[in-house]
Amino acid sequence: MSVLTIARNTLAKDVRLEWRSKDAINSMLFFGLLVVVIFSFSFDPNAEESRQIAGGLIWVAFLFAAVVALNQTWARELHNHVLDGFRVSPAPPNALFLAKAIGNFLFVVVLEAVMTPLFVMFYNLRALGSPILFVWIGLLGTWALVVNGTFFAALSIRTRSREVMLPLILFPISIPAVLGMVQSTTMVLTGDGNAWFWIQLLAVYDIVFTAICLLLFETVLGAE
Amino acid sequence: MKTKFTIFGIITLALLSYGLYVALVVTPTEATMGPIQRIFYYHLPAAFLFFAYFFANFIASIWYLWKRDLRADAIAVSTAEIGVVFCTVVLTTGPLWAKPVWGVWWVWDARLTSTLILWLIYVSYLVLRRFATGSQGPVLAAALAIFGFADAPLVYVSNRIFRTQHPQPVIAGGENSGLDPSMWPGVWWNVAAFLCLSLMLLYIRYKIERSHQELDDAIASAALADEPQKEVVR
Repeated sequence: MSVLTIARNTLAKDVRLEWRSKDAINSMLFFGLLVVVIFSFSFDPNAEESRQIAGGLIWVAFLFAAVVALNQTWARELHNHVLDGFRVSPAPPNALFLAKAIGNFLFVVVLEAVMTPLFVMFYNLRALGSPILFVWIGLLGTWALVVNGTFFAALSIRTRSREVMLPLILFPISIPAVLGMVQSTTMVLTGDGNAWFWIQLLAVYDIVFTAICLLLFETVLGAE
Repeated sequence: MKTKFTIFGIITLALLSYGLYVALVVTPTEATMGPIQRIFYYHLPAAFLFFAYFFANFIASIWYLWKRDLRADAIAVSTAEIGVVFCTVVLTTGPLWAKPVWGVWWVWDARLTSTLILWLIYVSYLVLRRFATGSQGPVLAAALAIFGFADAPLVYVSNRIFRTQHPQPVIAGGENSGLDPSMWPGVWWNVAAFLCLSLMLLYIRYKIERSHQELDDAIASAALADEPQKEVVR
């Protein structure tokens, strides 16, 4: 079987599992909602202030919520030694990695699609720049979080304190990407500055880290 | 080896003392900043060294992943720890200098922010090392080290653009606007002294890590040989 077939089958299995259990989506959505509500109590901004801070708030909320889903990525495969089974099988590890990363990407995009209208509603947002740029920022930014998050979840599942470990190693590495997402979102909302620079930075970040992930995943999966 | 180490220790001590003497007495007092500028003779050497050690950590991590040589892993953990120590020195001496000169302890300037983020990345590396037990620990840590090092240029570029678009109140000049020739001895003597000190630390830390590895190895072999287990506390 080719890489694509294996990746597609694994992805289909994950999406079906998620569709039936809704574990990751539900916990992410509720967590995201809590963050939105707590933020709005903590800041209570007017319309102009909202534009300035919403970019930061929204991405911090997505980042925290994504960690909830990322932590469950590999935990599922530990039952009945599925991951060990995958390790001894001749299937290419990168197919598994891509399937997991794309799966997480889909879950986080669903979360963003549901949470963004809530943000717009609660914070009374109206973009002064071109809203079509949000699509680019959303897709590139989400991939930036998810590709490293999936990889680091595979790292942290091997450590003593699994759930705590993931944000500790993911957040420092993600700082340039988070800066890119927040800056470009704020620029589109306020309508000044050139958001394209930050979108390009996100694209470079995505390319660099996708390459490193694919390069190192086999090593990490096989680590004994 | 022990005599060589002692001799090297004495040389290091002599260099550190002479470096302190040059920094405090020989070099002239800076015209506008006054004596506070002398902290620069510790700030800059520490900055050189943390870059060098993080780079060494990167090389050692690649070497480990390539050859699976445990000596490379011992070097990786030692260099990361020493790098974090010197990075901490930089992040401590910086604000001490900035408060009287800039009037604030900290500004979110490109260089300061990048250094802080690098510090965070390598602290997270050390946290991972602490929690990733067993023989898979070195592999996981080496992978993270490669991620961390690849992130460094992106961190710097993003912060540079972020901060040059939003002007900062007090960040003109700085040490790179040129150092008087009479001040260079203060820099070089201290670079030499701290380099020697760090090499000593590296040697000691490396030896400790190798002993840990040998101990783990011995425990593993004993378990395989099915000998009666003794409680070993690391």
